[in-house]
Formats: sequence, C-alpha cells, structure tokens
Amino acid sequence: MRPRIGFATLTLLEAVGCEVHVPRAQTCCGQPGWNSGERRSARALAEKLIEEFEPFDYVVAPSGSCAGMVKTHYRDLFPGEGAWLSRVESLAAKTWELSDFLVNVARVESLPGDFRGVVTYHDSCSGLREVGVKAQPRALLAKLPGVELREMQDCETCCGFGGTFSIKFGDISAAMAEAKCERIAASGADAVVLGDLGCMLNIEGRLRRRGDARTRVLHIAELLSGRADE
Amino acid sequence: MKSQSMHFKARAGSALADVRLQQALKRFGGGFAEKRASAREAYGVEAFEALRTASAAIRDRGLEQLDAWLLRFEAEATRRGTEVRWAESAEDVRAQVLEICARHGVKKAIKSKSMVSEEAGLNAALEANGVQAVETDLGEYIIQLANEAPSHIIAPAIHKDLDQVADLFAAHHGRPRSTDIDTLTREARLMLREHFLSADLGISGGNFLVAETGSVALVTNEGNGRMVTTLPRVHIAITGIEKVIPTLEDLSTLNRVLPRSATGQDIENYFTIVTGPRRADDADGPAHMVVILVDAGRTKLVGSELKEMLRCIRCGACMNHCPVYHTVGGHAYGWVYPGPMGSVLTPVYDGIENALDLPQAATLCGACEVACPVKIPLPELLRKLREQQMAQRLRPWTERLGFALWAFAARRPRLYALGASLAARVLGWMGGARGQIARLPLVTGWTRGRDLPAPEGRTFRSLYAARKFGVVYGARGDRRLRGREDLAA
Repeated sequence: MRPRIGFATLTLLEAVGCEVHVPRAQTCCGQPGWNSGERRSARALAEKLIEEFEPFDYVVAPSGSCAGMVKTHYRDLFPGEGAWLSRVESLAAKTWELSDFLVNVARVESLPGDFRGVVTYHDSCSGLREVGVKAQPRALLAKLPGVELREMQDCETCCGFGGTFSIKFGDISAAMAEAKCERIAASGADAVVLGDLGCMLNIEGRLRRRGDARTRVLHIAELLSGRADE
Repeated sequence: MKSQSMHFKARAGSALADVRLQQALKRFGGGFAEKRASAREAYGVEAFEALRTASAAIRDRGLEQLDAWLLRFEAEATRRGTEVRWAESAEDVRAQVLEICARHGVKKAIKSKSMVSEEAGLNAALEANGVQAVETDLGEYIIQLANEAPSHIIAPAIHKDLDQVADLFAAHHGRPRSTDIDTLTREARLMLREHFLSADLGISGGNFLVAETGSVALVTNEGNGRMVTTLPRVHIAITGIEKVIPTLEDLSTLNRVLPRSATGQDIENYFTIVTGPRRADDADGPAHMVVILVDAGRTKLVGSELKEMLRCIRCGACMNHCPVYHTVGGHAYGWVYPGPMGSVLTPVYDGIENALDLPQAATLCGACEVACPVKIPLPELLRKLREQQMAQRLRPWTERLGFALWAFAARRPRLYALGASLAARVLGWMGGARGQIARLPLVTGWTRGRDLPAPEGRTFRSLYAARKFGVVYGARGDRRLRGREDLAA
C-alpha cells in the first residue's frame, strides 16, 4: 500500500548504524487469521515467520500490531509445545516496534527528518496496549526542531479500524473514524502522525470523504526519515 | 428477556441514524471513564493496579472452588434464617418468585436494580400474574415508564435525555411538565415513597454473596436498595452463583475497586450488608428473607476457556471505555448485557448461534481489558468466541473461503507477491488522480462511509528488489507514484 513506509524504515535503521535485511520470502505475520478465529492459518504463518526471522539479532516492524502479534500472541499459538515456545519467546524478546527500537535499543540522538509543521499523534491500539508504545514516538518527534506536537483529545481512543471489523461493521467503523477525525480537526494540526497502516487507511479515508484534502496522514517513519515529502 | 442480538447490525444501524440517541451518547461520552481515571489517580496508580490484581485473585479464589463456597454460603445463610433457593434457568427464577408471591399473598413488589431479574424477564412475569412490579432505581424507574430495557448496566436510562424524561413523568404522574432536574427527582421520590410504604415484597440483586457470613452485599447510590431490603415483609435477593466470595475481608477489597471502576466514587452512597431476616431485637427488616442463586448458563463457563468472564463484578467499566458502545449505545446489543462483557455473556448464556455478531462487533482495541477491575481479558475472550464460531462453521462461507485463499497465498511468497502486486496496480489505477477509491465492489462496507486510500502503484517488495538490482530507488519513471507524490506534497 505504502512502500514509502518501508523505505523510510530502512533509512532510519541504516541511519542508526544497523545492517538491514529484508527476507524476501516474508509475507504476513498471521494476525488477520488470529483475530478472526482462524487459528490454523495463523499458526502456519507464525511458523513461517519464526523460521525466517529467528537468525537475526533484532526484528523491527513499522507497525505496533505486527510487533504485538509476535510479542504477545504467538505464544498462544503453541500451547504446551516446549520447543516451539522457546523459539517464540526468543523471537518475541528481540522483536520491536520501530519507534520503541529507535528509542530504547538504538538510543537515537539525531534524525534525518526535517519536517516543519504542527502534528498530532494518534496512539494505535496494539502499539499502545500490547507493546507499550506511548512515550517513544513523542520523544522522537521532540527531536525534530520544526515539529510542534499538539495532542488531540482522546488520542488513545480506537479509530474504528479493527481489521475485518472495518468491513463487517463498516458503518460503525466509519462513525468511529469520524469521531477521530473531529478530534484531529479540533487539534488544529497540519498532519496526524501514527504508527500503524490500518489506522492510516481508516483515518485518511474518512478525512478525504468528509472533504478534508488538507490534513496529511503520515506514518511516523515517513516523518522521522525525511521521506514525508518525496 | 428475549434476545434480539441476532439483529445487532440492524439495531446498530438504527442507533447510528437516531440523532437524539447520538446526542445522548455524545453527552455520556467519556464521563465515567474520566471519573474512573481521576479516582485511580487519587488512589495512586500503582496501588490501584495492585488492587486490580488482588481483586482478580479474590474472584478466582471463589470461582476455583465455586461449589464449596456456595454450599458454605447456603449453610451460613440458612443458619441465620435466610431461605436459600437454587434456580437452574430463567424460567426457574420466574417460577420460584411467583411461588413465593403466592405463598405470601404478594400484590406489589418493589425492586432495586437487578440485572439477573432482567435476564429472567421477571417484571413481565409478575405483571402477568397480578403482581405489580415497581422499579425504584431512578434510571430503572424511568425506563420502566418508557417500557424499555436498560441500555447500560449501571446507568440504565443513559440513552434518555431530559426532555424525554420530562415527557414520561408528565404522562405518568399527572403533574405539570417540568424540565428542572431537582423538580423531576423530587417528583420521582414522591411517587416512589407511596410504593415503598405499600409493597409486600422487595426484590433486590446482590453485588456480592459473602460465604463466611451468609450475607448479601448491595451497593446503591440512591438508598433505594435499603428501602427495598428493609421495608416490605418479604425480601428476595436474586443473584448469579458466581457472585460468591469467601470472606468479609475479600468484600472490603472488592468494594474499594468496584465504585472507583464504575462511577469513579471512592465509596458508593449506600453500602448495605444484609444477613438474614429481622431478628427479635432489630428495629426493622423483613419477616422473611430469600436468596435465589441463579445458574442460567453460568456453570457452562466454569472451567471453560472463557472462565475468566465469571470474575465480572458488573461495574460497567468495559462499556464506559468501549468505543463501539459509545457509537451505538446499549440497546443495539439486543439483550440484557451490552458492551464487551455482554458480547461475551450473551452468546454463552443465550447460545453462540443466537448472537453471531456480538463477538465480531469489537475492534479488539483493548480499552476494556485495561479498565477491567478484575482483569478479565475481554478481547481474548471475544477472540476465542470467534474461534468457536469458525470451528463450528458459523461464519458465512464467503468469509471462510476468503481466509482459506489468503492463507493459501500467504504461505506461497511468489503467489503472495504476485497477488499484492496486481492488487496494488489495480487499486492504484482505481484511485485516480485523487488517490482515493470512493466505491469498491465487495468491500462496500468500507467505502460506504469512507474512501479507501489507493496504493501507490508498486509494492515495497518490487521496489526493494529493483533497488537491490541497481535501479535508483523511487521509481521516478513510475507516473502513478509521481502523481501521488505531487498530490501529497
């Protein structure tokens, strides 16, 4: 959907001195199946991902929900299976959401981004409640001198995406997105910044439908890497 | 109460279109959630989290040996003069209450809030058998006048606005219409006083059952619970079997977490412990006290993969923090219990096939779990119910096929890449100059209320491969990507 986010992530990781590999055979962490009660496919994809990613020192995802899936839910896919569980635990321990990694592992000092403007930050549910991403993105935004963060009301309230929920209950989901858009508009920000693609699509889709062509919806990686305006 | 949960989608649709309800929901907003947050802050965040952990442990201790604690409760209550009865089902509850009414010649029953009596549809059964039932909780009283069901477990009339209440009171009280809240409250008190003094039977719920003393603990904010349990000559407390806790010490812990989680109060206005009927030297109290211990589906949860749900202390925090509840209100859920806890309980108590939408009607955002005073992993329980639906082939074949295809492709990287690449191209083309798709066949659920931002045209995977092979990143020759960037800039 947004290849720019992937490249922005590469830029940031390379900027902090990481050697970055993108395993070619990777597909999906299995979260859609897991959340929908389709345990079998989630399990198969978890096995695939574990095999692909366990050779690396760190696994970084520019998504709170993918990181959350690996860190908090994978273990539930292998109940009572000692060998798998130890692999799951070691992978979970080295899997990081991007902003969490930049702040707490890479301890980044300076960032390539030169974005100028007023932004507001939407806390994506999985990142916030499964991975504990709250202070990290704000600390990173504070390192960009041109960025003014103006918090919106209810920044921790779900935008209404919820994976298949957004299609199964489209009207409820859109109403929730509208509530989020009202908060974003009231904040007076030029851009809403966040860390998960699902929320991005949902919020941007609703902003455009309600006639707001101006407010930008940016992944935090785009903003931090200086790739927001490419 | 007959469940309408199969019609969740239609009911939610009506709720979204109901301007008045939407205004009421906006007014309700985060009120309770903010009060809970302040109460937690005042208590000390760390101490409050420790209190939640302790509360969950207390509930588990009671539930792990539920049978033993219930028998202890029965023995202690019986020893103190309470009649303890067991009801297996909703019908059983109705039959037993009617039998007690017949035995004591009851003509009028006053009730304090009891969600279990809603489960049993008790009011209708009483009326059908010539017993007038009067709700005395102000919210319950209002919706009884309106002939509606509660839309929230602790704020049953939260969907009503001041004008609607004024209309109801004017129509039923035969007094001049007022929109002054104090006047309305005084009016309700006046009307209720008559009923308090003339009722033969008081029906209450029970927030907790204390095994070691055979007591029923009740919390209310209006004092009506105290009237209901002391004034009439017969008192029946109807409550679920899962409400039993071992000791008074446990009660003191849980009563610190309950009001703070519910309304943000340090302590509720009235906290009552009822232990048996009036004794010889008591100033007041009923001559007969009965406790009906209700199963009605609860034993199905014992020891099951959803067992944590039995910890629930009915505080309402999960719905107070639920963005879906805030968007559609409680009636959309179609049965007694709305919000996250209702979306777990309804399919369990009323049949998984009778509430297919409820476990799905959540974004799994986790706000409920964080707020739950007894740490029920609500999103996980909803997910497990989704798993049960899938395993029992209760999902539409289109959905099952969709997942099968997705899983098939996701295990084959080349196929997956091809599919993603095709989708990105097609959707990118559909997005046009604006980069937004206004209508997408098959997923109109998304596009009815939102655009779908179009992909940029090429996938990260293909662009990354191109870069690896020495092509300059950014695919400057790609006009679609160019167009989108121009727009974004």
